[in-house]
Amino acid sequence: MTVNGEVRSADVEPRTLLVHHLRDVLGLTGTNVGCDTSSCGACTIHIDGESVKSCTMLAVQARGANITTIEGMATNGELHPMQAAFMECHGLQCGYCTPGMVMAATSLLKENPNPSETEVRIGLEGNLCRCTGYHNIVKSVLTAAGGAA
Amino acid sequence: MTAVMGTPMKRKEDPKLLTGEGKFVDDIQVPGQLWMGMVRSTMAHANIKGIDTSAAAQMPGVHSVYTGSELADMDLWIAPLPCVWPVTPDMLNPPHYPVAAETAHHVGDIVAVVLADSRYEAADAAEQVVVDYEVLPVVASLADAVAGEKLAHQDLGTNQAYHWALEPAPEAVEAAFASAVHTVKGEFVQQRLIPAAMEPRGVLAVPSPHGGELTIYSSTQVPHILKVMFAATTGIPEQKIRVIAPAVGGGFGAKLNVNPDELLAVTLANRLGRAVRWTETRSEAAFSTHQGRGQHQTIEIAADAEGKIQAVRVHLNADMGAYMMLITPGVPVLGSFLYTGVYNVPAFGFTCDGYFTNLTPTDAYRGAGRPEASYAIERAMDMLAAEVGVGPEEIRRRNYLAGGEAFEDLETASTLVFDSGHYGPNLDAALEMAGYSDLLAQQQARRDAGDKKELGIGLCTYVEICGLAPSRALAGLNYGAGGWEAGTVRLLPTGKVEVVSGSTPHGQGHETSWSQIVADKLGIDPNDVTVLHSDTAISPLGLDTYGSRSLSVGGVAIAMACDKVIDKAKQIAAHQLEANLDDLTFEGGSFSVKGSPDKALAIQEIAFGAFTAHNLPDGMEPNLNEQVIFDPPNFAFPFGTHVAVVEVDTDTGGTTLLDYIAVDDCGNQVNPMIVEGQIHGGIVQGVAQALYEVAEYDADGNCKNPSFLDYLVPSPTELPNIKTGFTTTPSTSNPLGVKGAGEAGTIGSAAAVINAVCNALKPYGVNDIEMPATPMRVWQAINEGSQG
Repeated sequence: MTVNGEVRSADVEPRTLLVHHLRDVLGLTGTNVGCDTSSCGACTIHIDGESVKSCTMLAVQARGANITTIEGMATNGELHPMQAAFMECHGLQCGYCTPGMVMAATSLLKENPNPSETEVRIGLEGNLCRCTGYHNIVKSVLTAAGGAA
Repeated sequence: MTAVMGTPMKRKEDPKLLTGEGKFVDDIQVPGQLWMGMVRSTMAHANIKGIDTSAAAQMPGVHSVYTGSELADMDLWIAPLPCVWPVTPDMLNPPHYPVAAETAHHVGDIVAVVLADSRYEAADAAEQVVVDYEVLPVVASLADAVAGEKLAHQDLGTNQAYHWALEPAPEAVEAAFASAVHTVKGEFVQQRLIPAAMEPRGVLAVPSPHGGELTIYSSTQVPHILKVMFAATTGIPEQKIRVIAPAVGGGFGAKLNVNPDELLAVTLANRLGRAVRWTETRSEAAFSTHQGRGQHQTIEIAADAEGKIQAVRVHLNADMGAYMMLITPGVPVLGSFLYTGVYNVPAFGFTCDGYFTNLTPTDAYRGAGRPEASYAIERAMDMLAAEVGVGPEEIRRRNYLAGGEAFEDLETASTLVFDSGHYGPNLDAALEMAGYSDLLAQQQARRDAGDKKELGIGLCTYVEICGLAPSRALAGLNYGAGGWEAGTVRLLPTGKVEVVSGSTPHGQGHETSWSQIVADKLGIDPNDVTVLHSDTAISPLGLDTYGSRSLSVGGVAIAMACDKVIDKAKQIAAHQLEANLDDLTFEGGSFSVKGSPDKALAIQEIAFGAFTAHNLPDGMEPNLNEQVIFDPPNFAFPFGTHVAVVEVDTDTGGTTLLDYIAVDDCGNQVNPMIVEGQIHGGIVQGVAQALYEVAEYDADGNCKNPSFLDYLVPSPTELPNIKTGFTTTPSTSNPLGVKGAGEAGTIGSAAAVINAVCNALKPYGVNDIEMPATPMRVWQAINEGSQG
């Protein structure tokens, strides 16, 4: 598989979840695990450009895939515009759900570049946050989209 | 240099957390580490007749398997898990060891532990351990515990752990009820809640077999408290223990405990000479991490003909769960002082009975006793308004302390002295922001039109106790520690600043706020300040983060340390500039001589001079490095008014939160952006209690909804944007005039939402709805009339 632009290959146990492969084998610990029922979205990454909860997939299923994790978002020391918007709008507190939120939100804007507030909320329904009450996360995504925040 | 205190500076913490660079406990790997897999009791109350570990021991990657009785024989612990808040001298506190040896007292009680090379292998092997249980009668609810037909701990002979009373004037309470024109009585259930910080708890204990030191990484709010408690329970010398709380993914009280898993990791790592670790799974957390709330409340108000309160009388039954954790028994006690709310209550009485059940232990959860108190008094105030025949805003106005006018240092019937308050304008601001009269008109218009979707408007005017705490006040409550906090400010030779914080963040942005305080005090750039924290080797003194205390105790300590630095620097400046101390002014980071503006020294230059120590006043110690340990003279009492607007579909019972307006007063603010974020999150946790969340148990003591599939942590779609406003009434409890904001939202919002739901359903004769106000409960209330 290609992860953040680098080709990474490994022998994996068939049952290994992709998220554990990323974290425990490749050392990409920015992708977090917040639940065991694919409910929280903390482990959201991009596979071939689309957001996927990496706990719902086996590592072997990602063979040959092009994967982007949160570590691959900032380039040349510059935050990705979505990351910058989260910082600008105080869209994170403890930061645990944040990588998944950023990945899901980036994918959302790719599908719908100018979402309404309601569309942002619906688009992020699969990502849980316990700190922010979502208010500033929604504001961050709208800011990144360039809309009124 | 313009002021940075009070400005919405962007957070220093964010770049690391936004890029995956921040390291949580589970992100830290150590060579040779062993993973613990917990074998947890599947029975809520059972004697352990035998455990067969042979199959587990043969599993791939397994290092060892230990049962409770084997661990008991290994002399790993010198004391049971600590409870530092024995609220009464005769409180019952059955011994609680990390692994149950003879009897399991709740589903999830650890009965054996597996050590293996990987997390998967540990989990696999734990499943192969076979336990033979002799099932005992189960106390599966608080009601079961009170009934007393079954015992949660058979050897105690009772389920009641303690009786605690705050009855400063019992005769006055009796007399007030005897002569009252109006009385109301509310009976409320504070359901059990699963705290659900997004990062599950985890621990990694790394030994140094030859040096004897132990480094423990824990997803904790309280590294300093863990250090002393690890020493006290394991006998490992305290000075050999180092606790590090790396990035911590939320706490909400659930990470302020001393947990069985942590003690297992510490002692096994120490005994085996290998790193031992564990990370909770989400579905395990309902059993391995304490829960919140769990109270049945009875509140009565006696009032005169105008609805002015004459007395408030409260009784609680509180569910301790199976064991006393660190501060389990104290949570309802902490709330006791707030059942008089923001009101002038001439006579007050409070009693609380704590009961054991065979359920997961309870302990602090955001607000810890205070949301419960606020809920009870604010629901009861709405009942009083209905009884007297006035609006909810009017009943509150008639009863505010000091008549709603500004006050300082006012003694209340619950024996506490409120630092400051000014409730009238706060209510006015909230009603105006909400467009209260328009909302009432909309409500009436819907009713006139026969709309099946009722509008409900709910008010809450809350007060909270935070800034825990004056150490002497804690002594009076029989709490086992003090409430001070430490802060150090150190100028480095190059003029940059290191701050050492005793209070430890887990999302609150201490690095940013403390930098703002220091920048403002020293007249320097906040980016020249680095804040060190959360590692007992770097920050040896601290009492950590809970009870909205970080700013009003720890932040104040840092501000005071800056003052000490400035005082010393001023003496150096006077010496080097050959000027009188009184002739020096300090502004914009520079000392100058009055009348001679060319004679000036920047604080960075003085820092270098203090480092070289070439030219200091006689007898002065080199360097600018000052510590303050601040023990506040009083608590701080933030307050606010929240307005919830709900729509209740009377056909389905579904409730939608349409709008939420919060006007809070937490005194002076350091970073309004961070304050607002705290308020947002707090509100949503209270809304979640009001509408969605409950840890449900069956008659056998099984939690029926431990995972996120059916424990309903709200998602973005359930919530509106939140409108926030602020009034500012500085605290008299500390020199910054700050209060606290971490718990305020939660303390105000559950009552506001349920008041709104009940307000919507008034035409249906519904006086009360039990939380969470699920569609089923609301529909039943509509169709069966009053629940109250």
